Amino acid sequence: MIDIDDVTVRFNKATQKIDNLKDYAIKLIRRELMFQEFIALRDVSFQVREGEGWGLIGTNGSGKSTLLKAIAGIMKPYKGKITTYGSIAPLIELGAGFDPNLTARENIYLNGAVLGYSKKFMQEHFEDIVTFADIQNFLDSPIKNYSSGMKARLGFAVATVVNPDILIVDEVLAVGDAKFKKKCDQRMAEMLSKSTTLLYVSHNIKSVMKLCTHAIWIEKGNVMMKGEVNEVCRKYMEAQGLTLDD
Amino acid sequence: MNKSKTKIRIETFIKYTDLMKQLVLRDLKLKYRRSFLGYLWSILNPLLIMLVMVVVFTNLFDRSGSIENYAVYLIAGRTVFEFITGSTNDAMRSILDNSSLIKKVYVPKYVFTLSKVTSGAVNMVFSMGALLLVMIFTRAPFTGYFFLFPVVILQLYIFCCGMGFFLAQANVFFRDIQYIYNAFTTAWMYATPLFYSMDQMDGPVKFVIEYLNPAYYYVKQFRCYVYEGCLPEPRIFIGGWMIAIVSFVIGLFCFKKSQDKFILYI
Repeated sequence: MIDIDDVTVRFNKATQKIDNLKDYAIKLIRRELMFQEFIALRDVSFQVREGEGWGLIGTNGSGKSTLLKAIAGIMKPYKGKITTYGSIAPLIELGAGFDPNLTARENIYLNGAVLGYSKKFMQEHFEDIVTFADIQNFLDSPIKNYSSGMKARLGFAVATVVNPDILIVDEVLAVGDAKFKKKCDQRMAEMLSKSTTLLYVSHNIKSVMKLCTHAIWIEKGNVMMKGEVNEVCRKYMEAQGLTLDD
Repeated sequence: MNKSKTKIRIETFIKYTDLMKQLVLRDLKLKYRRSFLGYLWSILNPLLIMLVMVVVFTNLFDRSGSIENYAVYLIAGRTVFEFITGSTNDAMRSILDNSSLIKKVYVPKYVFTLSKVTSGAVNMVFSMGALLLVMIFTRAPFTGYFFLFPVVILQLYIFCCGMGFFLAQANVFFRDIQYIYNAFTTAWMYATPLFYSMDQMDGPVKFVIEYLNPAYYYVKQFRCYVYEGCLPEPRIFIGGWMIAIVSFVIGLFCFKKSQDKFILYI
């Protein structure tokens, strides 16, 4: 389903961001316009087969989110190749496409379009989304008046309305109350049972172990270990000086 | 290989037309939301500005002397020029304004730029209402040529898309572009015969405006259809298409070349 072949992602880690002409000219004259490269991911390869759930673990800044972004097509790898088969539903940040000034109703259609769903499809599933997000009474108020939990609920509902072949989840379920979390977990488990492939980033090792079958441990852009979820998680926690129960 | 790539591009384009519609709709909805007169402002705004300019240029500067039906002359020119500056200005910011989205979801980035120019075109059609009102009010002659105005809108649309693509990608890397462009459009406005007539010009200035200013081709053509009631000279008509296509190709090329680097700068 996903084929990641020797992928390297590189950033330009300039000492400061040059985004105006004055800085550019000064740096050019001083010959400081060097390309300071920063390798966010180095030669990562792994294959994900249909129906597998992969957890991406690692400390902050290790390149997990960069890998997800590269898989979702948001970032192009500098070297290597990523091939994905099937539709992708990215839950990298819930409600990324919401416009705060539009109402929930308008935002559902806008967000659906951002994710590439047709208007007809959204009309058919409109009720499902509203029911799942539990926002019937607030449909026509602007999103800017919503609480972050409500926004997250709506975002999750829109993004998971389709049964994607690949579901990419990046620590988005940290908001929302216990009841909604349970609903989300249920829906994700439901999707996984329908042979959806899952890529999951979380610092919560327990939920990784619950949802995933495999795991990949990334440290400073390098793959430390990949394979069966329990073993990778155990090794990772050991390296952090913790046990699985912490 | 090459053919299938084109095919994928076309399929992606079709898939995201819904998003374009949604974005255009959003722009139109939000533009006048919470204003009492709503969409009427699309007509009222050009009317009010036209009134101010008519008063200024007939009483203060007396530039209107030789121009027949100055109000129509002015508003026709401004309708075209407003589309150019409005849509290219919006398009220029389109990538940066949607940066939060571009960072989180894969969306073809040209959709944002294209949707801004499309909103501009829709607004121009609305503001044609103001032009019609002025024509009726001043009893300006109507001719069949009036209905050729979509030709100009199409040319303008292609031209503005090209400019928009170029500006949007440049603005990602150099934020100063927007300030430079602001000054540039002011100069451009004075270099376009909006409130003066070309008869009042001569020498090299006349040459520069008539041959080197792209806006002249569209303003002139538009005025031919709605104001003079005639067909434009072939030079203006063909030139309009050529400039539009050249602008589009250059803009798209620059945009395509740099779009993968956007994510590192937004």
